[in-house]
Formats: sequence, C-alpha cells, structure tokens
Amino acid sequence: MLIEKKRRLFQILSALGLNLDFLSLLRGEINQGKIKGVCVPALNCYSCPAAIGACPVGALQNSLSSLRYNLGSGQKKFGLYVIGSIGVIGSVGGRLACGWLCPFGFLQELIYRLPGPKIQLSKKLNFLRYFFLFVFVLFLPLFLVDSLGLGAPWFCKIVCPAGTLEAGLVLAAVNPTIRSQLGWLFAWKTVVLVVFLVLMVISQRPFCRLVCPLGTILGWFNHVSAFRMKVDLEACLRCDACQRICPVNIKIYENPDSSQCIRCLKCEKVCPVSCISHDWEVLRTGKKQPVLAQK
Amino acid sequence: MGKRRLWFWIFFGLAIILVVIGLTSGEFKTVWLKAKTVCLECIGIG
Repeated sequence: MLIEKKRRLFQILSALGLNLDFLSLLRGEINQGKIKGVCVPALNCYSCPAAIGACPVGALQNSLSSLRYNLGSGQKKFGLYVIGSIGVIGSVGGRLACGWLCPFGFLQELIYRLPGPKIQLSKKLNFLRYFFLFVFVLFLPLFLVDSLGLGAPWFCKIVCPAGTLEAGLVLAAVNPTIRSQLGWLFAWKTVVLVVFLVLMVISQRPFCRLVCPLGTILGWFNHVSAFRMKVDLEACLRCDACQRICPVNIKIYENPDSSQCIRCLKCEKVCPVSCISHDWEVLRTGKKQPVLAQK
Repeated sequence: MGKRRLWFWIFFGLAIILVVIGLTSGEFKTVWLKAKTVCLECIGIG
C-alpha cells in the first residue's frame, strides 16, 4: 500500500477510534468510560461526547492548575502520570502522532484541500507555539490561582479551537441545558475557531505550526525518538522537492530531527533520488545496518 | 546510533517511571474524574 494511503487510513481509524462512543453523542452526554483517564496520543478534546480518552494538553493543564491546592492539602499529586504519558508518546515516535494519529491535524489536511488562495506561513511565526505552551499551558494554570490554590486550564478556555469544534459546538447542538448557558466566552472561542478554519483553507496545518502545545512538546523528542528520519546527504540534490511538499515547510536534509517535522513521510515519496528514509533502528537489536549520512 | 539509542532508553525509561509513580499516587483517577465530567472551559462556558 502506498505510504500516503496508509497514513490516511491511520488518520481515519485514529479519528474514529479516539471518538468511538457514538451513543453518548446521540444522548448529548459525554463518555464516562473506565479508560477515559488514559492520555491519548493526540490533541482530542475529552469533552467531545464521543471521546474515549483524555487529551494530554487538557490533562496537563488540570494537573498544574490543581498542583498548589494538592500541595497545600498534603496530596502528593504532581501530574507525573500525564508528563510520563506524553514522554512515552514522544520517546517512541516524536511527532509521528501529529502526522499519523491526530484528528485535528487530519481535519486541517482535509480543509486545506478546499479551493482557495494558498499561502506559506512565515517561519518567523513559529515562535508563537512556544508562547502558547509556556504562557497558556504551563504558566497561567500554575500561577493564576484563586484563594484555594486552584487555577484554570487557560489554553482550553481561551484558545483551543479543537475544544470548540469537538466539544462546544457538538454539545451545544445536542444538549439544551448547555446551549442555554452559552455566553461571551463561547462567542470568543467561536471567533478563534472561525479564524483557524479560514487559515486552514489558505495554509497547511496552521494550528500545528503556530499553536499546538502537544506538537511543540513532542517535537523536542524528535531528536531522541525510536522512530527517526534519515537523509543520505551524499545522494541529496538539494532540489528542495521535499520542502515544496512538506506541510510544515522544512528542508528535511538540513535537519532530519527537526522539531517541526510531523513525520508524514510525504518527502520520502517525492524525493527524485530516494535519499530520504525512516526507520525504527533504535529499537532494533543485533547486527547494525549500514548508516547513511545523517545529522 | 549508539548515543541515540542510549538517549532513547533514558527518556523512555524516565517516562515509564513517571507513569508508574503517577499511577501509584492515584493520578489516573484524578485525570479520569476530570475527563469524565464536561469541561466548561473547553466548551466555552466556564
């Protein structure tokens, strides 16, 4: 099977698999299954009625926002389970989950197929994702707390368009009680969602490139993950065919471990001299394969 | 490759240790309790 078709199949199965509880969706309630505490390897809002697992970004913010309360009340809960779960996902595949499993990434790819003007986002904007991670996911939930020491998941509250789309709009449509409570915050989040939907039409994966805190964290693991990209630098023509097809606009030959790379493997397919490859070599035991030129 | 393998096992091992420590201190239930209730912030109410 062609690698792009295989990836599409993985994305479809993942989107369905992570949102499997259609009965809760029909009832207008959210899934409350026993595995809802398992952190899934993607940005998938746990308030989506059909979601069967926990969004790591939401879970991380909630761990941090209750950290000071927990410490004050003598509870030894530091969010290690969530941090460790993200670490497991990252150390196995780095951003492989972004390219192959994330339903919101899949949605962005589908919307980009719509006709319309297409632009390339400036690389100068890439720093924004660090801003969203450090300010909205880490700093504000940890330090902006009430008298009890409890904070709020500020990224979910102010920014996350995935929550608005998968949870807010869906629950508002199927649950009259929730619909009656919507106010200015929902209006703000809807505006953010609309802005991103427009950006998705004109540019590739804008949320992943500019905002996604999970992708930012997993990107750090690209340097050490079991899954890795390899480039034969001696064979590489520097024709930049890889950059032209790349959803995040990188030259993979400059840094195969780039934290931007979502491991979609589109570059492998278009390389005229087939000098780009991938493997799970770190996990392989026994006789080593000949090592290609690599960074 | 040897160096990368070493770093992978260090990070993977640390991550597994964190998960185990978190699980033994009851953090799974904390995440589950949050995830099984409607997140008002996520949907734009709270």
